[in-house]
Amino acid sequence: MFDRRLASSRLLAVVLAALLLALGLGRAAANEAAPAAADPALEARMLAITAELRCMVCQNQTIADSHADLAVDLRQQVREMLQKGMSDQQITDYMTQRYGDFVLYRPPFKGSTALLWIGPGVMLVAGLSVLVLVLRRRSRMAPEQFEADEAPTPESERDPA
Amino acid sequence: MIPELGHFALWLALGVALVQGVLPLWGAARGRADFMALARPSAYALFVLVSLASACLLASFVRSDFSVLYVASNSNTQLPLPYQIAGFWGGHEGSLLLWVQMLVLWMVAVALFSRHLPQAVQARILAVMGLVSVGFLLFMLLTSNPFDRLFPAPPDGRDLNPLLQDPGMVFHPPTLYMGYVGFCVAFAFAIAALIGGNLDATWARWTRPWTTVAWMFLTVGIAMGSSWAYYELGWGGWWFWDPVENASFMPWLLGTALIHSLAVTEKRGSFKNWTVLLAILAFSFSLLGTFLVRSGVLSSVHAFATDPRRGLFILAFLTVVIGSSFTLFAWRAPTVGLGARFALLSKETTLLANNVLLMVAAGAVLLGTLYPLILDALGLGKISVGPPYFDTVFLPLMAPTIFLMGIGPMARWKETALPDLAQRLKWALGVAVLAAIGTGWLAGSIHLLATCGLLMAYWIICSVATDFWERVAPQGKGFAELRRKTGQLPRALVGMMVAHLGVAAFCLGVTLVKTYEVESDVKMNVGDSTTVRGYRFAFKGVQQIQGPNYDATRATIEISRDGSRITELSPEKRVYRVQQNPMTEAAIHPGLTGDLYVSMGEEVEGGAWIIRVYVKPFIDWIWGGCLMMAFGGLLAVTDRRYRRKAAASAQSANLLAQGATP
Amino acid sequence: MKYLRYTLPLAIFLGLVWFLFQGLFLDPKEVPSPLINKPAPAFALEQLDQPGASIKRDDMLGKVWLLNVFASWCVACREEHPLLVQFSRMKLVPIYGLNYKDERAAGMKWLASFGNPYEASLFDHDGRVGIDYGVYGVPESFLIDAKGVIRYKQIGPFTPEAIQTKLIPLVQQLQKEAGHV
Repeated sequence: MFDRRLASSRLLAVVLAALLLALGLGRAAANEAAPAAADPALEARMLAITAELRCMVCQNQTIADSHADLAVDLRQQVREMLQKGMSDQQITDYMTQRYGDFVLYRPPFKGSTALLWIGPGVMLVAGLSVLVLVLRRRSRMAPEQFEADEAPTPESERDPA
Repeated sequence: MIPELGHFALWLALGVALVQGVLPLWGAARGRADFMALARPSAYALFVLVSLASACLLASFVRSDFSVLYVASNSNTQLPLPYQIAGFWGGHEGSLLLWVQMLVLWMVAVALFSRHLPQAVQARILAVMGLVSVGFLLFMLLTSNPFDRLFPAPPDGRDLNPLLQDPGMVFHPPTLYMGYVGFCVAFAFAIAALIGGNLDATWARWTRPWTTVAWMFLTVGIAMGSSWAYYELGWGGWWFWDPVENASFMPWLLGTALIHSLAVTEKRGSFKNWTVLLAILAFSFSLLGTFLVRSGVLSSVHAFATDPRRGLFILAFLTVVIGSSFTLFAWRAPTVGLGARFALLSKETTLLANNVLLMVAAGAVLLGTLYPLILDALGLGKISVGPPYFDTVFLPLMAPTIFLMGIGPMARWKETALPDLAQRLKWALGVAVLAAIGTGWLAGSIHLLATCGLLMAYWIICSVATDFWERVAPQGKGFAELRRKTGQLPRALVGMMVAHLGVAAFCLGVTLVKTYEVESDVKMNVGDSTTVRGYRFAFKGVQQIQGPNYDATRATIEISRDGSRITELSPEKRVYRVQQNPMTEAAIHPGLTGDLYVSMGEEVEGGAWIIRVYVKPFIDWIWGGCLMMAFGGLLAVTDRRYRRKAAASAQSANLLAQGATP
Repeated sequence: MKYLRYTLPLAIFLGLVWFLFQGLFLDPKEVPSPLINKPAPAFALEQLDQPGASIKRDDMLGKVWLLNVFASWCVACREEHPLLVQFSRMKLVPIYGLNYKDERAAGMKWLASFGNPYEASLFDHDGRVGIDYGVYGVPESFLIDAKGVIRYKQIGPFTPEAIQTKLIPLVQQLQKEAGHV
C-alpha cells in the first residue's frame, strides 16, 4: 500500500533538493564581476599617464577620457609600452617626439615656458611687496593728508565689515 | 513676421541705447536736467524693446519656425519643450541676445532702486550701461543676427547639441550671465564716480549691494556649470581649467576681491583708487571672457562656432570700452583723496592682502589660459596648458588666502595687535590641526596634501566659531542671553560667516573627494555584481528604450549595503536620432556623505558590459559650499541697514529737491 | 612721475590686446610637426595591392619623395585627391600613399574610383606608422629628402596655393641638393 506520509515527505525532499540545487546554481551564476582591464594596476598607471596628455583630435580633452579613435589607439600603445617596462618619462618622450610639446598638458620647463612657471610666484612676491611698500609709505605720511574718520553713528558701530 | 518684428525691435533698441548712452552723460556734464532725466525712461524703453526681441526669438523656437536659421540650427520638432526654450541660448547669436537681455534687466533694476542717488550720478551710471549695450546690439545687428532667415525653410531642424539637452542647460547660462553682466553695474558706478569726481565712502556703500548680487549669481552659475559637467559628461570630473571655465572664474575671483575692497572703502574711505580699478577689472574680465569664447582664439569644448570677423569686432569693442576706462582711470585717479588712516596691521591690511592674493590668483589663471596664444603669436611654438599646471600653481595661492580668512574678521579696524590676535585664535588653530589629522585617521589613511586641505577648511570653521562666540558669549547670563545676542547680530555679519563657512564646505568637499574617491571599471554580465567600499552593485539587466528624441540602451544596477537595498540606478547609452551622436548618461545616487556614480562603457563579447562605478565621498559639499557662499551674499544684501539707509537717503534727497537744508 | 603708475593698467591692457589681435589670425589647433628636419621614422609595410610585397623606409633613400596619408573614410581626402592626381602627372616627385587605418578592399576601391597618383600605396592597417609620423588629422603629407629627412609637413589637404608656393619650390631645391637636376 502506498504510504501517503512517506510519499509526501519524499515529495517534500525532492522539492527541497530541487530548490537547493536551483539556488546553488543561481548563486554560482551571479558572479563577482571581473575588472574590465586585464591588469588593473597597469591600467591605473596608463590612465595616470594619459590623463596628462592631450588628445590631438579633440577640442580640449585628455587621452585618458577621449573616445576618439586616435586616443583609443594611443591608450593601447601606452599599455604596450608599460608592459615592455618603459618608464613614465620614456613614454612622455615618445609622445612629444611625435606630436610636440602640444600633447603635454603639463608644459615642460624650458626657456620659452620659464615665464609661465615662475610667473605666478613673481606676481605674488611683487604684489605683496608693493602692498608692504605702499602701506609703509602711508604710515610715514602726516595725518593731515588723510581724511578724518567719520564720526561713529549707531549704524556704523553695528557695521560688521 | 515675428522674426522681422524682433529684428526691428533690436534696431529700435539700438537707437534708444544711443540716446541713453550719450544724452544723459552730456546732460550731467552740462548740468542739463532735461537730458539727465532721459536716462530712466530710456532704460525702461530699452528693456521693453529688448524683451520684445527676446519674446520673438522665443516664440520662433516654441513654434519650431525653421525658416529662422538660428532656430533651424539649434532645435527640432522632437526636442522636448524645455530644451526648445533653452535652445534660445544654445548658440552664439541667441546667447548674445541673452547677454543684452540680462544687461537691460540690470539696467531696469538700477533705474528702479537708485532713486536715492543724485540725478547726475544716476544719469552717468545708466548712460555707461547704455553705451555697453550699444556695443552688444551693434555686434548682434552687424555680425550675429539671431533673426536671419533661411529659405527654403528645412522641414526639420538640426537639433540642439545633445550635451545641452539637460536641466542644467536651462538654468546654467542665464544664471551665469546674470552674474557676468551684473558686474557691469559696479563698472558703471565706478566710471560714473571717476567722471563725476564723487569717489568716496558713500559711493562704495551704493556700489556694494549691486556687486554682491552679481557675485551671488556668478557663484551659483559657475557651481551649476561644474555640477552639470560632473553628471553629464560621464567621467565624474567637475573642473577642467578649460579656457571657457577660466573665463568665468577670473571675473569671480576679481568680484570676490571687489566685495572685500568695497568693505574697506565703505567703512574707512580708504584705497578708493584700488576699488575703482577692481570694479573696472571685474567687468573687463567679463568682456574678455566673451571675447575668448567667441573669437576662435582658444580651443575649448565650450567655444561657440567662430568667425574672424566676429572676433575682430569684439576685440575692437573690448579695446574701446576697457581702454577708455583705463585711460579715464589714469587721468582721474591721481586726484582722488587718500581716505582714512590705518596701521600696518589692521583689518584694512588683511582685506588688502586678500585682494592682492585674489588678484595674483586671477593673474595666474589668465597667464595659464593665454600663454599658448602668447607663445604662438611670438612664433615660439605651440604648447598646451592644462590641469596639471593650474592645480600646481593655484592651490598654493589659496592656502594663504584661506589663512587670512580666519584672521581678517577677527582683526580690528584701524589698528590691531598681533599678540591679541594670536591669543584669540590659538584655540582655533589647535582644534583645526587636530580635526584635520583626526579626519584622516577616521577615514583610514592620512595624506599630507589632504591634511593641508582639511586644515584649511577646519581653520575657517574654527575661526568663524571663535568670532561668533566672542560676539555672543553670554558671560554667565545663560542660554537666553546667548539667544538674544545671536538674534541681534547684524545680518551682514551672519552673511559673512555663512559665506566663509561655504568656502570651508567647498574645501572639505574637494579635499575629501580627491583623496578618498574610488573608481572601479568592471566587466559585467547580467546577474553579476561588484563591491566597492562596502557598496554592492548588482547588474540586473539591460533593455532598449525610446526617448522623445533618442534611442537608448538602459542598464539597471541595484545598490545595496550590508544586505539592505539602497536604490536602483539606470545609466544609459543614448543615440540622439537627428545628429546621430552617442552619449553616455550617468546615473547618480547623491548623498550627504557622498555620491554613488555609475556609467556604462562599451558592450563586449558575450553580451557583457563594461560598467564604471565610482564612490565619491562628500562631493556634493563642493556645490553645497558654493550655494552657502551665495546664501551668505543674500543675507548680506538684505541687511536692514540698506533698507533703512535707502529710505533715509530718499528722504534727504527729497528734502534737497525741495530746497530745504538737511 | 606719480602719474606713471596709474597708466600701468592701460599699458598692460594694450599689450594684451596686441596678442589677442595676433591670435585672431592663428589656428590654436594647427600643431607644427616636431619631426621637421629629423629623420623619417622607420617603417616596413606591405603594399596595399600586393600583400606579399613590402616597402621599407630605407628603400627610399637616394630620392626625394612625398608621403601622402589618406583613407577611404576620410572626407577631406576627396577634396585633395584631384589636386594630387593632377600634380602626379607633372612627374616632379614620386608620391607614395599611406593608407591609414583602413581596410584593403575599401582603400583599393577608393583609389580605383578617384584616381591613383601613387607610385605605390603602403597599407598601415593598425595606424602604428601613422602614430610614428605624428599623424592626427587625415589627410597629411610629408616631403622627405634623399637622405631620409623630413623637410616639410602639410597638415590637412593640399591647396593649389600650397602646392605652387611651398611644395614645388622645395621639391626643386631638395632635388638639386641631392644632385638631380
